Order: sequence, then C-alpha cells, then structure tokens
Amino acid sequence: MPSRIESGDPAGLTYFLVPEQEFLAPDFAVLQELVYGPGHKPVPELLNQDRLTIADLALLLSPAATAFLPAMAARAAAITNRRFGLAIQIYAPLYLSSYCGNRCQYCGFSAENSIPRRVLTMAEAEAEADILAARGFSHLLLVSGEAPAKLGVDYLVDLASSLRTRFASISIEVQPLNEEDYRRLYQAGIVSVAVYQETYDPAVYSQVHLAGPKTNMTNRLAVPARVAAAGMREVGIGALLGLADWRLEGLALGMHLAWLRHRYWRTGVSVSFPRLRPAAGGFAPLVEVGERELAQLLFALRIFDHDVGLVLSTREEARFRDGMIGLGPTRYSAGSCTAPGGYGDPGVDGEQFAIGDQRTVGEVCAAIRARGHDPILKDWDVTFQDMAGGAQIPV
Amino acid sequence: MKIICNGEEMVAKEGETLEEFILGLQLNPATVVVECDGRIVLRDEYTQITLSEGVVLELIRFVGGG
Amino acid sequence: MLTIAGHIFKSRLLVGTGKFASAEVMCRAIDASGSEIVTVALRRVDLGDPADDIMQVLDRSRYVFLPNTSGARDAHEAVRLARMARASGGGEWLKLEVTPDPRTLLPDPVETLRATEILVAEGFKVLPYINADPILALKLQEVGAAAVMPLGSPIGTNQGLLTRFQVEIIIEQARVPVIVDAGLGLPSHAAEAMEIGADAVLVNTAIAGAGDPVRMARAFAQAVEAGRAAFEAGAGRRQSRAAASSPESGLGFLR
Repeated sequence: MPSRIESGDPAGLTYFLVPEQEFLAPDFAVLQELVYGPGHKPVPELLNQDRLTIADLALLLSPAATAFLPAMAARAAAITNRRFGLAIQIYAPLYLSSYCGNRCQYCGFSAENSIPRRVLTMAEAEAEADILAARGFSHLLLVSGEAPAKLGVDYLVDLASSLRTRFASISIEVQPLNEEDYRRLYQAGIVSVAVYQETYDPAVYSQVHLAGPKTNMTNRLAVPARVAAAGMREVGIGALLGLADWRLEGLALGMHLAWLRHRYWRTGVSVSFPRLRPAAGGFAPLVEVGERELAQLLFALRIFDHDVGLVLSTREEARFRDGMIGLGPTRYSAGSCTAPGGYGDPGVDGEQFAIGDQRTVGEVCAAIRARGHDPILKDWDVTFQDMAGGAQIPV
Repeated sequence: MKIICNGEEMVAKEGETLEEFILGLQLNPATVVVECDGRIVLRDEYTQITLSEGVVLELIRFVGGG
Repeated sequence: MLTIAGHIFKSRLLVGTGKFASAEVMCRAIDASGSEIVTVALRRVDLGDPADDIMQVLDRSRYVFLPNTSGARDAHEAVRLARMARASGGGEWLKLEVTPDPRTLLPDPVETLRATEILVAEGFKVLPYINADPILALKLQEVGAAAVMPLGSPIGTNQGLLTRFQVEIIIEQARVPVIVDAGLGLPSHAAEAMEIGADAVLVNTAIAGAGDPVRMARAFAQAVEAGRAAFEAGAGRRQSRAAASSPESGLGFLR
C-alpha cells in the first residue's frame, strides 16, 4: 500500500491528493523535480520498505534506479508472489465497434482514418463471444471506440445480460459514461471498467487529442472516480506509453492509483501499459519507450502498490510477456483480435493496433505453466455479484 | 414535598426552583447538568422551572476520566 | 499542527483527568504535559461531597474539554451522555466510548458506529474510541467522525502499541486525524505511535498512576514531540522481514 500521503511530504504533493476534491492533474514540473532531482535515499533502501511514498515511487522511476533493474525485478517478484501467488488471469478483448467520434493522433480508430468501420449487431457480438467461450475464455473485455450513437448503454446492458450466463466476468472499455449508466451496467453484470487517461501531461494531451469529447482532459481525469463511485468492483487506469515522458507518466499513474485507493477503498484498481505500436494513422511515438523502460515502470508500480492489478496485453511480444511472468503482471490477454468481427473472420480489416503476441490462448497458457505459474481462466462467478445496488459512498 | 434526586428520595420546598434546589445542595449551577424527568434542562431554564411532587432529577457533572 | 474538526492545536498530547491522587497533582501534571485537550467523564454528582468539582480546578478557558461517554454500554446510553455533555456548555466535542464489558473496557464497534451516525447528525464533533479495526475506522470516517481513536492496548493495561500493525493501516487509509488512545504506558510507546504517523496520542493512566505524575507528563510531552519530529524527518520505514534471498531474476529476455 502506498504510505500516507501527508507524511514527510516536501514536495507539497498533498495538493494533488486532497480527498474532498476530484483528482487533479499533477503538475509535471513537480513530477520532473521528483524524478530527476537529487534522490532522497538510495534505491536499495526502497526495495526493503513495505510502504513507499510518492517521492519513493519517483525514485524507482528515476534514471538512477535503472541500474538496479534486476533487484527491482526480484523485489517485484517477491511481492507479486506473496500477494497473488502464481496466478495470471487470462482474458480476451471483444471489439464491438470501430466507430469513434474522437480524433486521437495515435489510434487506429481515429475519426479521420479511412478504415472500414463496423459495429457488431447483437447477434454478431454473441457469435464472437461464442468463439471465445469455445476457446476457454471466461473473462471478457468489451471494447469499442467512443461513439455513443453507434454503441450506447442499452446495447451494453443487453449484451452483458446475455453474456453473463456464459462468462464469469465482463469488463468494458468504451466511451466515458455517467454514474447512473455505470450503475445500470453493474446491475446488468459488468464488473469493471477500464478508462485510460492516455497521458497525464496537459500539454501533450492537447497535442494528440485533436477533436471530439476526448479533448476535454478534465472530464477524462474524472471518469475513474465515477466508475468507483458507481460501485464497480474494479477500475482500470493507464497511460499510453510513447506520448509524454514515461517516468513522469508512471509517477502520475501512481498518484492516481493512490488517490483512488484512498477515496474509494472498496474498489480494486488495475493499471494497463499500452505501448505505442504501428497503427493505421502511422503515428510515431513522441518518446521512445523500450522494453527495459516498460519493465522498470511495471516493477516500480508493483513495489509501490502490492495489490494493484498489472495488465500486459498482446501489444507486447511473446518473448517479453513470457519473461515478465512472475515479475509483477497479473493479467494477460491471449489470442486477441482488435478488429470488430475478427474472431469469426480473421481476415477482417480495421484493427485498432497490431498484435505483438499472436499466440493462441492454449499456447499462452502453456507458456505460463512452463514458467511455473497458473493461468487462471475463471476467477469470478456472476453469482457473487450483488445486482441490487453496489454504489458506495466516497470517504 | 418529596422528589427523587440521583436515585434517592429527597425533600424540596414548595415552589422551589431548580436553581434554588441546586444551590441548596451547595452545588454550582454553572457546572451541573440536569435531567428532569428524563429531559435535559438548559441552564437558562434552571431559574424558571419549579419543582413538583415526585419529579425525578439527575444531577450530572464532569469528573476526572480518560 | 494538529487539526481536528477545523481547530488547530500545537500539542499532540491529549491527557485524561482520571485516577489522579489529587486535583492539585492533576492540574500540575496537565500543565507540565502542555496539552490543550483534556478528557473528562460524566457522572452523577456526589451529593455527599458537593465541593468535589473538577470544573473549579481546571480552567475551561485554557483547555478544550473533551467529554467522554465512559460508562455507556450501548449507543442509546452514549447518545444520552453526549447530550448531557453538550448541555454543560462549551462546544460539541465528544469522545465516544461505548464499552459494554466492564472487565476489559473494550469498545463495541457496532454501537459505536450507530452512535456516531446519530451524534454527527446532531452536530457533535465525534471522536470515537475503537479497537484498531481499519474497516471500522473507514466506516466511521464515512459517517462523519472528526477523528478516530484506535487503542494501543486495552484501557489501563499499559501494554503499549500492541495493535501497531493495524494502526499503521488505519493511519495509511485515514482522512481524519488518528489519535492513538489507551494502553500507552511509557513515553516510548507514545513516541512509537507518533513515529508511525499517528496525529496525536491520548494518555491517562500512565501519567496519573506514575510515581511522579508531573515529571511523567513532561516525559510524555517530550516523547510525543520526538516521535513526531522523527516521523516528519522521514524516519526509516520498517524494514521488510521477508528475506530478499530470491536470486536476482534473469532479465536477459529484455530487448
């Protein structure tokens, strides 16, 4: 658990974490100072602590910590093993729609890209889900671009109500919704919501988000709290690696994570690490984030928060994903297709991003087992879910 | 007339006010809290309340405690 | 500075007024402690000894009086005592203590939560005394408690911070001040509580029952200051007991 925010807090970071307010965008100048300024203690000392401050996390993300990557890996492995045992949860994304009203420079679904756009009918979505069920998946992530007119809450409620008979848990990654919508979805059987900030740096944010509702950074920042307030069991946050300085993004992620923990203590949190890869728009990452950097980020967050879910999708290559087993990640997708209808029709066009790890779920599970870990295909059951309510009061 | 005060039977004068009764016990009304027939009495009311036969009083005050 | 319910205090040591040998020693000890908040209890006036009035001894203008509801065995009794305390004038401060078991004086979590809800709605600044239960502490904050007061060990036992691990969690998760109360028997216990990040401590038995309460009060004051200073200076966090004996993981797979 991140340690108490107010303690020994020379950087005045409590400003960002005042509980009564919304989570405010951290001041990147302050983050810069924390990460690149003189370190306040040696990195090895941090690796022995059970509780870390935000300033400690900054140190783990700093250039100075890179030299300690193996030790960080060992510490992350020990924590992950103690908290999660050998479990790696397996899920599949199910892309429902490639329509999107936003123009985001980095994304294959950006509104100005000429890709074939498609939204699955209910029957088509169910057919895709059937394929995934037959492959053994029990956890689904329903994904869509952000176009409420093409895919709205009613659609999701209907789909979730139907799918929950066949899948242990259903998560969504769609356009931001209001709290009432999230509550409806929870009652329909959606268990968690992912909504990534993409970047916590306001300057970069406005640079890459050119049009559409997503251009409003403040609105975006407020969504995870809304998800938690509506009673979802888990909220997924993340930054797109390759936009702003990954060390500062990592620190901002840590702060967002710590804030959510404090404010919505009943809600689980997971962090994803989408790393910019080739997409239809041909967008080149603004900063280079290699595998060593991603590894350091992942280890740092694991050491900072023993409990947070860490997700590695098929954006990453098989070799990397295999190597990271046991070092922090708790959730892997497998056999993914990021174009709507792609499971039934593998030749279909219009994917959101290119797949790095193209193995089947069977192959991924075998690789996990080969490394002494347990691929978990079913980690929940719909009967555990209280359909009556679930909304919680923020502290 | 007879009244109950702190669980004991006591005697009060006819027409005596709460304030007078408390003073009669050598107590400082400013530091005593009074429950009269189960209802907390506000300090300003002490001079206005006249005791009646059989009234049940609890006189409470702060004491040392942790 | 310690801030409780919008009020700022310099001292992080709260003292209780019970069990002192005499009013005079009590006054000098409280003075020596530097405390700005003292707890008092409510009891029936002893009609046989009308002059025994703590309010004649303690200067109400110097201290915030924190009445406790000691003796209450359920929420109903606690609420009744709270209303009486308020009727005495001087603010809505309340240390909520619901202790149905007279042998252990351990607090009832269910009745404490119920009473807190009622009293917060009536405008009290409620400081509930609880076992060091992190979930209970969170729930009390949700219903508006002005602070939480987890015990270090049962009242009067002087066993110190037996609940250290849970108190650390409470401190981590807290949105209101955390005041460790009960069982702190030595200045080192108080220092320990402050070192792990408690906002304040409350001490009664250890001072009142000491051979020289005035000196002991001063010792506690110093310990609280030392502990807090250490905390603010970034005291080394507790070292993980897990032996880092796992071999350094091979990272050769990274490109």
